Amino acid sequence: MSNSTNIKQVAPPPGYAGEGFFATKLSEVVGLARANSMWPLPFATSCCGIEYMATMAATYDIGRFGSERMSFSPRQADMLLVMGTIAKKMAPILRQVYEQMAEPKWVVAVGACASSGGVFDTYSVLQGIDKVIPVDVYVPGCPPRPEQILDGILELQEIVKNESVRRRSSEEYKDLLNSYNIK
Amino acid sequence: MSLTNEIVQQTLSQQFTPKVENFHIEHDMLAFEVKKEASFEVIQFLKENSGMNFNFLTDVCGIHYPDYAKDRQFCVVYHLHNWYDNVRIRIKVFLPADNPEVESIVPLFAGANWQERETYDFYGIVFKNHPQLKRILNMDEMKSFPMRKEFPLEDQGRTDKDDRFFGRTGPNC
Amino acid sequence: MSDLLLVPEKRFEKQIKETKEKDGIELSILNLGPTHPATHGIFQNILLMDGEKIIDGEGTVGYIHRAFEKIAENRPFYQINVLTDRLNYCSSPINNTGWWMTVEKALGIEIPKRVQYMRVIIMELARIADHIICSSVMGVDTGALTGFLYVMQYREKIYEIYEEICGARLTTNMGRIGGFERDWSETAWRKIDEFLEEFPAVWKEFEDLLARNRIFMDRTIGAGAISAEKAISYGFTGPNLRAAGVDYDIRVQNPYCSYEDFEFDIPVGQNGDCYDRFCVRNAEVWESMKIIRQALDKLPAEGGYHADVPDYYLPPKEDVYNNMEALIYHFKIVMGEIPVPSTEVYHSVEGGNGELGFYLITNGSRVPYRLHFRRPCFIYYQAFNEIVKGRSLSDAIITLSSMNVIAGELDA
Repeated sequence: MSNSTNIKQVAPPPGYAGEGFFATKLSEVVGLARANSMWPLPFATSCCGIEYMATMAATYDIGRFGSERMSFSPRQADMLLVMGTIAKKMAPILRQVYEQMAEPKWVVAVGACASSGGVFDTYSVLQGIDKVIPVDVYVPGCPPRPEQILDGILELQEIVKNESVRRRSSEEYKDLLNSYNIK
Repeated sequence: MSLTNEIVQQTLSQQFTPKVENFHIEHDMLAFEVKKEASFEVIQFLKENSGMNFNFLTDVCGIHYPDYAKDRQFCVVYHLHNWYDNVRIRIKVFLPADNPEVESIVPLFAGANWQERETYDFYGIVFKNHPQLKRILNMDEMKSFPMRKEFPLEDQGRTDKDDRFFGRTGPNC
Repeated sequence: MSDLLLVPEKRFEKQIKETKEKDGIELSILNLGPTHPATHGIFQNILLMDGEKIIDGEGTVGYIHRAFEKIAENRPFYQINVLTDRLNYCSSPINNTGWWMTVEKALGIEIPKRVQYMRVIIMELARIADHIICSSVMGVDTGALTGFLYVMQYREKIYEIYEEICGARLTTNMGRIGGFERDWSETAWRKIDEFLEEFPAVWKEFEDLLARNRIFMDRTIGAGAISAEKAISYGFTGPNLRAAGVDYDIRVQNPYCSYEDFEFDIPVGQNGDCYDRFCVRNAEVWESMKIIRQALDKLPAEGGYHADVPDYYLPPKEDVYNNMEALIYHFKIVMGEIPVPSTEVYHSVEGGNGELGFYLITNGSRVPYRLHFRRPCFIYYQAFNEIVKGRSLSDAIITLSSMNVIAGELDA
């Protein structure tokens, strides 16, 4: 066990506390619950996947941020971590995996190749996964250090905490999905 | 007596001239050319003859020489390795531009299967009697052969790249 | 010919219909899809199964084809180093030094002994890193997550050593034509010594967890076996071939980079199954540690950290700003005015997975005319469908992870 006394716990949302009860807004509680229990789907294709393995392992431990269980099934995952180069041959499969995920879902593009094609400006590499699916957070790096990947996930947690509960049924979100032709 | 480059060259010349030619040594490796009709029998001789014993196929790859004569534009290069005497050899088979076909060596070396598919995928060189000659690394629907020199490296359909930032002007695009 | 060009699902249609009519058995198709936790990398396998038993399979690769060979035709030599990192990204220094040795062979450059010993140290560290991942992931695939978590901490120590030497953790882009870009700091040497002191106990503990573990042995013995003749015919090299009983190692057969100065054994297996591959990789880690120890002990004090080749090695910036010659060399190297001989060279090194070869054709310009990577993973993965025929699905999964197929090397 660690002897560290520097343990930071998640702060409670602003609210009114009394004996045996705590009153706050529903959206705050939902945001808090969602943000601190994101189950990732590690879509690891290449070198960034190995840095993700290092992030998952004991030294950088993504589990302390709530991502304890790696879900390899899209149906049970909250966030899709696309790590590595996506070739054009792979793009339909990425799209299928994204469509199989249940709402609410978020996407993190880890690495230069997933964000924009990276070093590989060639005929066979998709120049950024935002050509096929909507992305929430981009983590640059080739490969990004585990601290950078964790930083990206923390950014995503901020987004998730502050997201409105009604976002997924709003017009704006539907327009976004339509622009990608996702039903 | 262990095998040396001179013995290999002599035996091959005796057995197969005029189908083999242009023997030269580059960085300690003997390299020579074979006419495309004889490639299978020369490689079979190298593998099965008890004096030659080239038991391992190291590599199969293709090259495109658009500047060479019409009947020598494509080349299939085989690297073989004799483990017993530690001799490596490079065989080049030149093929014409309009109909690049050569006999597949999958019956001799099972490891040539995917390597020949890769050469087909990149250059369009057809390997006769290959058990499953279809594209392997690129998408099956692709029409052109990307490693040929005339095929561009970058995706021509990109709309989001501003060529000014890449130092690309008309002449050097 | 038309039958052979069908997609795999349709390819097995005939077989499914035939067995149903003949024996009444209904075969099924399982898509071990490109993204799967067990395929550490993306390649697809469509398996024709009779219940749990695999009858046939067809693999599709190319899901991460990044056209390295095409890119290499448009990049100068020092920019191709970045591409070679990303071949077998678990052990990038081996790919990098292999590439530099190919270029040095083509240009005819001699490397001082000290630089060669330093290269050997870094290559063996990379080999240990690669085998750490492969063996611990074999444990993960059979359900033993502890080994992976425990040993990855030592891979972090190797990453720290890489960072001291070249600045990067995983895709190292290490070295230059003629040696290294900077001398290794005191911290780097100290960390290598510390690693050699601490790691043996850790690796012994990891081996004890799995090597004589009844469950692990039952899962892996007999799974994915391949005979030596078949392995040679398929072009196997590296630990997969040595597990089948053939002691072929490029470091001994065609020694490069002063490997002939070191004494080490080549571990071989007997049956070529998953258990033998696991044991061969573990034994190779011990041999690598022996080699690093010998290299550290025998390291010459003189020789610097790079060869004296001002034509190809960028001069230090202080010299460029103060010395006319250095300025001219800098300009010529960066602008590509250095004459490069027109030649063809094939050089291979013992990568983490086998014989990693570079076939380079130069034509005088600063970019290669043709560069071909002889990638061991691509060549031995062909045999996968043959090896798993007749075995169960769980054997196929453990075979896949024991063969250590790295997607970057598979597709290039």
